[in-house]
Amino acid sequence: MKQLQLLMGMPITVEILDSSVTEAAIECVFASFRAVDATFSTYKEDSEISKINRGELAEDEYSETMKTILAFSEQTRQETRGYFDIQHNGLIDPSGIVKGWAILQAACRLKEAGFSNFYIDAGGDIQVAGTKDGNPWRIGIRNPFNRKEVVKVLAITDRGIATSGTAIRGQHIYNPHHPDMPLQDIVSLTVIGPNVYEADRFATAAFAMGKRGIFFIEQLSGFEGYLIDASARATFTSGFERYVL
Amino acid sequence: MKKIVISVIIIGAFVLYSLIHAQSAPVAVVPNTSSASRSSSSSAAAPGATATSGTTSTPGSLYKDGSYTGSVADAQWGVVQVKAIIQNGKITGVQFLQYPSDHGYSIQVNNYADPQLSSEAIQAQNANVNIITGATLTSEAFMQSLSDALSQAQA
Repeated sequence: MKQLQLLMGMPITVEILDSSVTEAAIECVFASFRAVDATFSTYKEDSEISKINRGELAEDEYSETMKTILAFSEQTRQETRGYFDIQHNGLIDPSGIVKGWAILQAACRLKEAGFSNFYIDAGGDIQVAGTKDGNPWRIGIRNPFNRKEVVKVLAITDRGIATSGTAIRGQHIYNPHHPDMPLQDIVSLTVIGPNVYEADRFATAAFAMGKRGIFFIEQLSGFEGYLIDASARATFTSGFERYVL
Repeated sequence: MKKIVISVIIIGAFVLYSLIHAQSAPVAVVPNTSSASRSSSSSAAAPGATATSGTTSTPGSLYKDGSYTGSVADAQWGVVQVKAIIQNGKITGVQFLQYPSDHGYSIQVNNYADPQLSSEAIQAQNANVNIITGATLTSEAFMQSLSDALSQAQA
């Protein structure tokens, strides 16, 4: 069973292959995204993050979920030498970490509910579990220069994959060390990690590093990356090819 | 004086070494043909990816079945237009008819690769895929075009 809904400003697709699947199970996934959005959307006036940015909440009034996300954001900032930073112009925007975390949370709930073959895709960041028809899930890396094409086909099971890029949205990632400097030399960085939360946060940070980003992924164990630059050349990490079909 | 001369020689040697090293950074090129042929053969072995929905049409369905083309919406770097596909009253797919492309980039010659990393020219693949990873869509333009397509699909 497969369903798509538009939440958090992006298409979210859930497919569960287990025969025990119900509509309610899939609805649970979408409900968890709606709850995350209600807390973390910087576009919603009444979200907790908007209240924090308006100075209406003291730190001891933050929800447990908020504290968790802020702690994860700080941990990621330190692990990426400051290239991942949710502070910008005096406001905090943890959306760079919330998406991957929300996908992983929803995937964990599906596992707990006994499902073993499924995927959750939120705006191109994906957690896959198990297999499809006995084979690993086949995930394509979209051509940033032509959305109708994929430039790589990967065989993935029980891992997360995330892509950061400038292809469609324009510059939604910036270098915290030089916020005004455009990131023009790379257009797309795909990271395969132990789960989508890990893949997403390191893809975001490594993308902000520019061409050096692929070296950052190379030195992380358990991660592989595929970087596409403005001249349509790809640079990939030493273990990447074992995922290539 | 002697110390200064020695330190200048040592620093000079380092600078010279780093320059030579930078010039000779090897670029490992992996041929594309092998992976392309492998992917096409494996796609033949595995069943094709089709969007399926296990649900049936219910009286409370939001949308009428069919394909609906949305309006052309202005994104920062171009325009976005999508087509929504409705089956059994649910959105089962969204296709891009128009999207911004990045031809504004200046093309640079890239000799950039570490000995452990490999490099290749990107190449379109023919194999079927189940899911696609890519950068997040221009949300506003995307939602605008899609909302328009869905308003046409209202049951």
